[in-house]
Amino acid sequence: MQAMPKWADAILIPFISLLLAFILSGLMIMAIGKDPVVAVQTMVQGAFGSTNGLGYTLYYTTNFIFTGLAIAVAYQARLFNIGGEGQVMLGGVGVALVCLAIDWPHWAIALPAAMIGGAVFGAAWAFIPAYLQAKRGSHIVITTMMFNFIASAFVGYLLINFLKVPGSMSTESAGFPDGAHLPNFHDMLAPFGIEFSANSPANIAFLIALLAAVGFWVLIWKTRLGFEIRSFGASETAAKYAGINPVRITIIAMLISGALCGLMAINNVMGEAERLIDNAPEGAGFIGIAVALMGRNHPIGIVLAALLFGFLVQGGAELNLWESIPRELVMVIQGLVILFTGALDNMVRRPLEKLFLALRKAKEA
Amino acid sequence: MDFLTILQILDSTLRLATPLLLTCLAGLFSERAGIVDIGLEGKLLAAAFLSGAVAYTTGSIWLGLLAGVAASMLFSMLHGLASITFQGDQLISGVALNFLAAGLTVVIGQSWFRLGGRTPSLPTDARFGEWNLPFSDAMSKIPAFGPAYDELISGHTALTYIALLAVPISWWVLYRTRFGLRLRAVGENPSAVDTAGISVVRLRYIALIIAGALCGLAGTYLASLAAGFVKDMSAGRGYIALAALIFAKWRPWYALSATLLFGLLEAVGNRYQNIQFLDFVELFSLLGFAALAVVLAVQIIRVALSTISVRDLAKPFIACLSVGAVLVATTAIRAMDLPLFGFALPVQFMQALPYILTVVILAGFIGKAIPPRASGTPYVKER
Repeated sequence: MQAMPKWADAILIPFISLLLAFILSGLMIMAIGKDPVVAVQTMVQGAFGSTNGLGYTLYYTTNFIFTGLAIAVAYQARLFNIGGEGQVMLGGVGVALVCLAIDWPHWAIALPAAMIGGAVFGAAWAFIPAYLQAKRGSHIVITTMMFNFIASAFVGYLLINFLKVPGSMSTESAGFPDGAHLPNFHDMLAPFGIEFSANSPANIAFLIALLAAVGFWVLIWKTRLGFEIRSFGASETAAKYAGINPVRITIIAMLISGALCGLMAINNVMGEAERLIDNAPEGAGFIGIAVALMGRNHPIGIVLAALLFGFLVQGGAELNLWESIPRELVMVIQGLVILFTGALDNMVRRPLEKLFLALRKAKEA
Repeated sequence: MDFLTILQILDSTLRLATPLLLTCLAGLFSERAGIVDIGLEGKLLAAAFLSGAVAYTTGSIWLGLLAGVAASMLFSMLHGLASITFQGDQLISGVALNFLAAGLTVVIGQSWFRLGGRTPSLPTDARFGEWNLPFSDAMSKIPAFGPAYDELISGHTALTYIALLAVPISWWVLYRTRFGLRLRAVGENPSAVDTAGISVVRLRYIALIIAGALCGLAGTYLASLAAGFVKDMSAGRGYIALAALIFAKWRPWYALSATLLFGLLEAVGNRYQNIQFLDFVELFSLLGFAALAVVLAVQIIRVALSTISVRDLAKPFIACLSVGAVLVATTAIRAMDLPLFGFALPVQFMQALPYILTVVILAGFIGKAIPPRASGTPYVKER
């Protein structure tokens, strides 16, 4: 019998952990001599107060949905993919190569092609660590971490030697052709008579991210492959006895994970920058870990957690602007959220379990 | 490449390897006790910040060193709280520490000094001075050995010598003391240690304290070298040290060679934006040959003292011969001026090489790196 009802595990524990993280962040803001209430107001105003701010929030949210789903799909197979950052970078290369390949007539044709490009490159970057884990037992956390650094050097090399516009000083590729321009929220909502800021980066990739979340749910809970991934994650030995091939599941789960990371590039590279820049992911691969943890590896949780982190990143930028609190405060909050929801889970869980057991005993008595 | 150039490259190798070595040994202690330490990067950064800040405020680098060690230990204890006391996921805890350090150093630094997260630059007397070993000036006149003594061996800061000393000390502690035996046992089979009536929790906390102290030294070294703290100044060194730890197969002497190798790669990358392939191979085979010759000499002495058998000479001998053959081949190719080898290696290749080498080692194609068996799993006394 479980010590706690399901809702407590899925909602109460993350909520308390989040609360603890926020209380500590509030104390932190007070410690540097600022008013936490004003800080929260500034963040909420900056992230949701205008369609421009909302557009940025949703843009970041889109990034984190992709990486959160990616980390979660690997984690369903108990594989900790810490290499999201590198896979997003490589996805960016794939998207950029597709977008620069021909003069695209229309975004509706360019988008599927770019999605394939991003997903294939991201998956390819995840393949080597996956293969080494499956076949040679090399710890995937370490190899994917190493691959982040290799990716960063590799993409830097590609940019400087091949993709950079000759004669230009900045390390970035040429701008994508007009036909590869994705409609942003301004373009999408105008036909419905809704006014949305034309300058904000939120674009159609947000809808693709939501579709990916639905796809994740179907894959994990409604297909045979998903069942195999979950069984493998729950117990490798049991899965082996049931005839599930561990090599196959490890590699497939990591390929899907890498592909989802690669897909993120349609948002940041194709949707926003419209060219390949150096260090395009800006840490989204790592934030995906926090998002997957917060979201309990479930698509609904991941979308909500991604929205939370999108709010934090956009709100943090506003804090920097108006309250002269460095935007690195957001990294502190992220660190605390990862610490409490991930590593210190038992600190919250154990007293709660005791509480629920005591309650049940009191009821039975 | 002339002798002086090689000396200068080796000199900066030693400078760059010092923080890597200290951090790598930190990771060695915690991972040998069964605690995976991804948070090395965060500890390094936290120590660099607090040591820089305190050294500037007090004007003394030694007080800065204390503060740096304290900061790093605090992070270590947080890691311990999460991964030992609350039996949480060590990897996730490490990732959280890295986020916290990257954020806290800038937030606190900004509110302290208002310089955008930097500390003001440290005056010379608030940094570690270079130690000139005795007679270094007088001896620099002697050909070959003189400049080597003057440039390479003398003229480093105290922490470089401490780092080099830490290698034999770590070896001795881990392999020649009761504490070391227990520490290694707790990383392999904690329940056996527990059955023997020794506290697993206590041993693992001690390991983390040692790791915290070593990371503190490394962070202070960075702050002193750069004359102050700058945002993200650890620049992935914690991860390179982690890679070096795997490369070193969790052994102290190997850690020294791994960090020297990675330091050499960084030094070469700093000096040459694009090094010619032949120059690269020549430099590395030359230095590799010299290093292997030293190893061979040590082994021969050990054979003479009959601590090891003659058979153990085979491996270093073959390695020495093959590296020597590469060196000869490089010289021959250079003399023949073959166009095939006339390409340059980009600096990015040099940056990626430590990580590529680590993946190759992990894959087990050349040797095999097997981590301590219990590392990464929290110890639960009874289920």
